[in-house]
Amino acid sequence: MKKLQSTLPNMLLSLMFTCVASGVILAGVNKYTAGPIALSKAEALEKAIREVTPEFDNDPLGEAYKGVSFDGDSLLIYPAVKDGQTVGVAVDSYTKNGFSGEIKIIVGFDTGGTLINYSVLQHAETPGLGSKMDVWFRTDKNRQSVIGRSLAAGYLSVTKDGGDVDAITASTITSRAFLNAINRAYSAYKGTGADATTGATTKEGGNNE
Amino acid sequence: MENKLIISPSPHIHSGDSINKNMYGVLIALIPAFLVSVYYFGLGALIVTVVSVLSCVLFEYLIQRFLLKTAPSVGDGSAVLTGVLLAFNLPSNLPVWIIVIGALVAIGIGKMSFGGLGNNIFNPALVGRVFLLISFPAPMTTWPLPGRLPLTYVDAATGATSLSLLNEGTGHLPSCVDMLLGNMGGSLGEVSALALLLGFAYLLIRKIITWHIPVAVVGTLVASTGLMHLIDPLSYAGPLIHLLSGGLLLGAVFMATDYVTSPMSRTGMLVYGVGIGLLTAVIRLFGSYPEGVSFAILIMNALTPLINNYFKPKHFGEK
Amino acid sequence: MSNIKILLNGIIRENPIFVLLLGMCPTLGTTSSAINGMGMGLATTFVLSCTNMVISALKNLIPNAVRIPCYVVIIATFVTPLQMCMEAFLPSLYQSLGLFIPLIVVNCIVLGRAEAFAGKNGVIPSGFDGLGIGLGFTLALTLLGAIRELLGTGKIFGLSCMPEEYGSLIFVLAPGAFIALGFLIAIINKIRKV
Repeated sequence: MKKLQSTLPNMLLSLMFTCVASGVILAGVNKYTAGPIALSKAEALEKAIREVTPEFDNDPLGEAYKGVSFDGDSLLIYPAVKDGQTVGVAVDSYTKNGFSGEIKIIVGFDTGGTLINYSVLQHAETPGLGSKMDVWFRTDKNRQSVIGRSLAAGYLSVTKDGGDVDAITASTITSRAFLNAINRAYSAYKGTGADATTGATTKEGGNNE
Repeated sequence: MENKLIISPSPHIHSGDSINKNMYGVLIALIPAFLVSVYYFGLGALIVTVVSVLSCVLFEYLIQRFLLKTAPSVGDGSAVLTGVLLAFNLPSNLPVWIIVIGALVAIGIGKMSFGGLGNNIFNPALVGRVFLLISFPAPMTTWPLPGRLPLTYVDAATGATSLSLLNEGTGHLPSCVDMLLGNMGGSLGEVSALALLLGFAYLLIRKIITWHIPVAVVGTLVASTGLMHLIDPLSYAGPLIHLLSGGLLLGAVFMATDYVTSPMSRTGMLVYGVGIGLLTAVIRLFGSYPEGVSFAILIMNALTPLINNYFKPKHFGEK
Repeated sequence: MSNIKILLNGIIRENPIFVLLLGMCPTLGTTSSAINGMGMGLATTFVLSCTNMVISALKNLIPNAVRIPCYVVIIATFVTPLQMCMEAFLPSLYQSLGLFIPLIVVNCIVLGRAEAFAGKNGVIPSGFDGLGIGLGFTLALTLLGAIRELLGTGKIFGLSCMPEEYGSLIFVLAPGAFIALGFLIAIINKIRKV
């Protein structure tokens, strides 16, 4: 077959044909993969929530609500409910105070405000320094770990600022930012938690007090 | 009779200058700073310097002998100087294996892969130092506290430098007298401003370097940090603190003036020095690293050919 | 030229990374570990072989003056579904390579082979050419990734083989990619000359 000449109709036709064919293929693949993509995203989020909260049997994603932190940001809170009773929450928190940009974490608290676990979702901290926050604050050494600390007694801060959490060696700024994200998460949880669960608290006879 | 009438191309008058003489001259000028660091950091300073020098010389010899198969020229003192300068830019509690890697990078990547002395684009000691700083940020930024001839090495007590204190905004700065003498945390060769100035004076008297680069660097840094200090004294420290802390003087006097990697003409030297001063100030004041002298010198090293191109020395007799 | 020869040509004699020095962006960007390099290489190989064959089959239907836009659309038609499938079924690999997958569209190796080989040759040889170049690319990326992973974290394919405290961060970051690639090319040039 002879090669098509570069006349205007030829060019228009061949470009149009390529684009239409490409569009059809893309639409088909998109239709086929949209479900699995949404599913795998939800699965990843649920896995993160499961990691940081006590065992639950509800659908935290469906029951998510918004809480306002002490500095006026609204954060997503996923409640973990077991046998009809709230056992804890996972808070989707972030801070902009990081060494290089935003740090996104998900933090789990039990109803008493004790930090159960955390998971770093996204960050751009210096590898080898700030990036160690993923393991540093869960390592049970000196006063590094934040796991099991109760924020009901007060917000966390690094030893340099008069707190009692050991900062990551040579990364005080990241450590501060990380604790800031946790404090924000707690304040968002307690901020609205007080209004939304007032009924529940009274029903339980005030064991939370 | 014929032998007495040899015609050779210029230069006809030789001043007795040689690579050897200059390199050992610089080494002598570094002695005061070395003594101060041994006084404050003790055994650690000694170990770091010896390891760094030995491994630099060894790597240079091995690479020339077995990889490039050229006659080894370790006797010219340039590898020794690289080793000393590298050591002066390291904290005195650095583990030996990290120092050896730094020496390998300084000699192997910084110098030999460009073709050896005279062909390297970047100052080899700084290449090694920046490589280590990016590779091992935690050990490279925990500095031992100064003592009096301490016999500790890797287990020395550590603290922050005055610049990292400024960067993080906490803690108390050492007094200016301490900073002048060197009684503060830092890389082992950079702590004492006085000892470095002594070395600078020696280099000037022996005419190994001219004043242009160091004065341009320091002047620009003082001017720019002073300006920021005047605008907002609370968030920016004064120029004197910037002048006395960190590796500024060590960099300005001993590393920015490296013959191979700095411009040749006087005007070029001034431009180069101003560039280093400005970049250092920008990195210190606005960057995420507390110290920027090494980066500033390396960046200006890269621009040296361009500067040489624009600021050519005048030919003799040219108007 | 036989098909096997075309295949080997792409892997060795005209290796896109070590000899042609094409596609440096994904090479330096994705090779922070061996498995990432391999994933990127295989994704590119898939796109490269498919587009080479399709473009070779359609070469007479595409007028010369509009061939570049047509090629780009065809390449994008393979890359985007690849990205979607990866996101749906290999989410962990997608997370580490996600940013670079769409860049395959403008990877100069893909467009370069379409222009230099597929536009002038038959369907079967074009397929082999794409496969060969793609495998050469994969090989280079895996090698570079393995070296950077070993020097940077002391592991190969995630298996630890160095003392715990070792880890030269620079090789995980961009400057280490440049240094490692430079030395790798120097060594390969030396070997090729002997």
